Amino acid sequence: MESLAGILNFCFYSLIACCFACMIRAFRGKSIADRMVAIDIMGTLAVGITALLAVIYKRSFLIDVALAWIFLSFIGTLALAKYLAHKTLDE
Amino acid sequence: MALNYYFGIIFIVIGAAFDVFGCLGLLRFPDVYNRLQAGTKCVTFGTCGILFGIFLLNGFSGLGVKALIGIPFVLLTSPVGAHALARGAHIFGVPLWKKSVVDQYKEDRGDKPRL
Repeated sequence: MESLAGILNFCFYSLIACCFACMIRAFRGKSIADRMVAIDIMGTLAVGITALLAVIYKRSFLIDVALAWIFLSFIGTLALAKYLAHKTLDE
Repeated sequence: MALNYYFGIIFIVIGAAFDVFGCLGLLRFPDVYNRLQAGTKCVTFGTCGILFGIFLLNGFSGLGVKALIGIPFVLLTSPVGAHALARGAHIFGVPLWKKSVVDQYKEDRGDKPRL
């Protein structure tokens, strides 16, 4: 069980490093679409991070947070894409 | 230790590796569309691998079944969001990479006004 927790912790920290990579892209991105792509991918990464936290700390409610995060990230991405295509949020 | 622990760990490690390579592509690729392609496909598959590994680790408990339910949600929502982002970026006028050879969406749209 000790090696299992070590491997899970390693995966968790590598996903945190991926989030930092996405933030670098969000800061440096040339166009506005680059930043939106980085934020979208960071939302999908956060689902994996939250699910891993649920296993590491044995808290079952964290997987509910992950399930909600999927839909919040999806709706946020759709709103940003619609703003990008139409430049208004009216329709 | 049972066999499903080993397979769960293997799935989680594979998923984390896919996430790492997807974010590497997000940093290194030259174009919005290339970055979208690298990041979205790799990160979607990696997150699905992590969730399936968690299902294998926990079996049919509350946590495992919720992780299994999360897999089709990720598979349905993430490509749709990526497609909407690519279409929005193209309509917004983000230029392609200078070595790109074909732009069929522009040929399809022609000179029609913006939708």
